[in-house]
Amino acid sequence: MIPASFEYFRANSVDEAIEMMAKYGDEAKILAGGQSLIPMMKLRFARPAKLIDIGRIDSLRYITLDGDTVKIGGLTTHRDLETSNLIAEKIPVLAECAHEIADLQIRNVGTIGGSLAHADPSADYPPVMLALDATVVARGQNGTREISINDFFISPFTTALGQDELLIEVKIPAMKSNEKGAYIKIAHPATGFGVVNCAVKIALSNGKITNARVAFGSFVTVPYRDESIEKFLQEKEATVDTIKQASEMVAEGKDIIGDYYADADYRRNLAKAVFLRVMKKALNLDS
Amino acid sequence: MKQTINLKVNGEACQIDVEPRTLLVYAIREILNLTGTHVGCDTSSCGACTVLMNGKAVKSCTLFAVQADGCEITTVEGLAKQDELHPIQQSFKEKHGLQCGFCTPGMMMLACEILQASEEMSEENLRKLLKGNLCRCTGYQNIVDSIADAKARMTAVA
Repeated sequence: MIPASFEYFRANSVDEAIEMMAKYGDEAKILAGGQSLIPMMKLRFARPAKLIDIGRIDSLRYITLDGDTVKIGGLTTHRDLETSNLIAEKIPVLAECAHEIADLQIRNVGTIGGSLAHADPSADYPPVMLALDATVVARGQNGTREISINDFFISPFTTALGQDELLIEVKIPAMKSNEKGAYIKIAHPATGFGVVNCAVKIALSNGKITNARVAFGSFVTVPYRDESIEKFLQEKEATVDTIKQASEMVAEGKDIIGDYYADADYRRNLAKAVFLRVMKKALNLDS
Repeated sequence: MKQTINLKVNGEACQIDVEPRTLLVYAIREILNLTGTHVGCDTSSCGACTVLMNGKAVKSCTLFAVQADGCEITTVEGLAKQDELHPIQQSFKEKHGLQCGFCTPGMMMLACEILQASEEMSEENLRKLLKGNLCRCTGYQNIVDSIADAKARMTAVA
């Protein structure tokens, strides 16, 4: 399959990329790793007239610790995250998540910034970023701004990024010693696309849940945090009973995507089951 | 409009002109005439087009050739040294890691990255790393055996 013709520009710095974005407007798309964009261009779902390749801007590829915040450059690959000692130590659930993405070849090329900006509702990162209270750093002609991940995903394949804004960094608070995270995805076995995915971050004190983040994706058009479940879990004992009760609230009032392979009822039930599994994994509970 | 890119393919420097939309796999097969790299699904699923780009396994049907400008590419043709097979080729041959052979170049190039890792690899992990490569003949067992055999072969030499 051959994509439609386009003009190719390579940006050698963030400033250059932003200049090009401002100049070419909505005719242009950003090419990071291209592991989502190129398949879409081959199917001609996407036909950008111009591509701005940012793949060579090495200054956007890093994982660093700044105080209690882990900073990840937009061009950091899934494989970088999966194999990083810093991520394994500070945000192990993110390493688990990155490991779940596609396959080794895709993880070698695909980037965190590209995936987030692509905003596929069945992608792996969104629920994990929501559970981890991530912040997206965007730079445009008018300077740099921070966007809470809670405000980032607008609709399928649409984010809060402006036309001339480049996602340059993702900031994530390092997990504290009393915090546990977990992520599980159920993907369609042939397509690999998520059917249900769920991520949690739970803070514990003396067997009690003192704070909870619960986020879902894949079965809704926009990945979301379920604040009713988070509130319900607050100050509850970390027991199987508690999470079973909470699981009854999963996907309540949500408009659920259904397709030929997995209808809405199936996904609703699966979401409850996945939530239970994720919570058991995070809290290290049996049965 | 065509652009000129520089590649180092299997150790040899080359300069080619490509349209920006030319996928790396077509540059390799149709411009460089290295047809050992296969196009299977052409949808990023099957891994038959896997090559090494700067030592990392990538799907060459899911990269534009212009993205590889300045990179080192290794294809299946770059594995053997004169008449001497690469350990992964020897293992695929001896352990019957192929039947029809269509997926084999991609399987071996993926294996090349896996084999670079110094640590031991469980069969389970090995199978997980094969996720992006499809084989419709072997049922994978002999491929897993071949890679494990190559690992043992290379560890013995090192």
